[in-house]
Amino acid sequence: MSTTITRQAPAEEPEKKSRKVKNGSRSEFQPRESALSRASAMIVMLIFTLYFLIPIWWLFIAGTKSSEQFTNTNPMWFADFNLFENIGNLVAYRDGVFFKWMLNSLAYAGGGALIATVIAAMCGYALAKYRFPGRELIFNTVLGGVLVPATALALPLFLIFSQVNLTNTFWAVFLPSLVSPFGVYLTRIFASASVPDELIEAARLDGAGEMRTFFTVAVKLMFPSLVTVFLFQFVAIWNNFFLPLVMLRDEVLFPVTLGLYGWNSQVNQIPELRGYVLIGALLSIIPLIIIFLLLQRFWRNGLGAGSVK
Amino acid sequence: MSSSVVSKPKVVAKSLRPPKPKVQHPKAVIAFIAPFGVLFALFYLVPIGYAIYQSLLVIEREGTFGQAREVFGGFAQYVLVFQNGPFWQSVGRVLMFGAVQVPIMLGLALLFALLLDSPLLKGKRFFRLAFFVPYAVPGVIAAIMWGFLYSPNLSPFTAVTEKIDFLSADLVLWAIANVVTWVFVGYNMLIIYSALLAIPTEIYEAARLDGAGQFRIAWSIKIPLVVPAITLTGIFSIIGTLQLLAEPQVFRSFSSAVTSTFTPNLTVYSTSSIPNFNLAAAFSVVLALATFVLSFAFLKFTQRKDDK
Repeated sequence: MSTTITRQAPAEEPEKKSRKVKNGSRSEFQPRESALSRASAMIVMLIFTLYFLIPIWWLFIAGTKSSEQFTNTNPMWFADFNLFENIGNLVAYRDGVFFKWMLNSLAYAGGGALIATVIAAMCGYALAKYRFPGRELIFNTVLGGVLVPATALALPLFLIFSQVNLTNTFWAVFLPSLVSPFGVYLTRIFASASVPDELIEAARLDGAGEMRTFFTVAVKLMFPSLVTVFLFQFVAIWNNFFLPLVMLRDEVLFPVTLGLYGWNSQVNQIPELRGYVLIGALLSIIPLIIIFLLLQRFWRNGLGAGSVK
Repeated sequence: MSSSVVSKPKVVAKSLRPPKPKVQHPKAVIAFIAPFGVLFALFYLVPIGYAIYQSLLVIEREGTFGQAREVFGGFAQYVLVFQNGPFWQSVGRVLMFGAVQVPIMLGLALLFALLLDSPLLKGKRFFRLAFFVPYAVPGVIAAIMWGFLYSPNLSPFTAVTEKIDFLSADLVLWAIANVVTWVFVGYNMLIIYSALLAIPTEIYEAARLDGAGQFRIAWSIKIPLVVPAITLTGIFSIIGTLQLLAEPQVFRSFSSAVTSTFTPNLTVYSTSSIPNFNLAAAFSVVLALATFVLSFAFLKFTQRKDDK
């Protein structure tokens, strides 16, 4: 936020000087924005705020209602507040399998993204800070990897994992999630931009090894951008659907997306599942929203880094 | 990769330039690159190679009830891919989807980013967060939620959904397009917005002195400068569109109009569940190649425009 404020301040000054250019017929050439453009900008943004938030508001309201009141009360406002009762029922349903799914998702996404960030950062740092033959080839191969969609890999991965009898295990989903070519691409940019060579040289003179220099000096300097990479990968794994769909048969291994998908496709046979799907969907988006809020200052600035060439 | 490490110094030695200095810290370089390199090879390069290998095999049986064997069949699977009508229909469907949905989504994202970057708005922090929140909703969950919202009897907007059947064969593709747009506009907006924040303000001052207003500055200065960011979001959107899977797969339980070959990836999935892995692998390879070519062409196209 501070950046936006400081940026606007200088823009005010020329306005005063250029008053004389004021031209009534062309409102966009006026130095001070007209009330009309301000109002229309606000209206556009407010309408789209409704578009973006109403579905989530509806989901929240639906989560607070009992199944009878879901159909015969105002869908956009509270009836009897049954949220905690609904959550209780959901957690109790089938020995708490939903809770297990949430933990699975946290393990796949949290553990996977953490390791993926560390190894991507090591690789990106080496590509940025050392000269060695084959460097460009490695970087270009990784860059090609960015363009290979994860879904295209799911099926061959399934065939390979079935050769070594690892399908339908935790590792079948966890291990492929550790690779983030986009993370390498980003950390290479971040390392070149934020870790000065002089500092690495100084650490060497102090007798620190290369690894130690990376983990003590470079990681600290790259930290905000590493959080961005972590966030990207966390979301990618949390949202991944095809890989678990192909790999997993045993529902105690499911991530929450696959579990809720399974329930939702049985709603026609087992109508009581509808309520569980709704409250489950509501609970499943809370962890990501919390993470986004907590890490706000990182993703706000880090997201654009990939497009800076 | 290892072969190039060995071969490259030779080339250098032959050329007239003085020999390159010896690689410093070779052990550290290997230690830094090995963890990612090994996993990348295992879970990216090997699967790609394996998919190509599988796609070149055919199943052969001795007699009707004989043992099935996989034998090399050349491009037999690819002939089947090119003769497969439903697959190409699904490709046409996602291309149409992309041609409409991607420009709308990126256009909205650009508009919101420019508004956030202009002095026209108050409460920017709130808008930025509110628009980004849907990105926290996984595709599967977003599809389930919108599936309810579209439903003729469960929707909170039954007044609309009773009259217009969003889940009908004509509209369901665009109903899915709306779900994808809803999830990703805010994400793309933030990428473009961060690129706008990186532009130094001095650039605008001269324009303001010349009397240019916000619209003029946005059109003539800001948009050309954020073309790389728009390109990036464009490439990710093209990849995402061709790979569409989770949303239509969820919609199959809401609408019978979504068939098992609705998108290319659904075709891959249903072919592999038959199971016919060789044909499914050939579909995957063709799809990955098409994705690669399209995103590469898009990159070249935007760069060429840049040069002018």
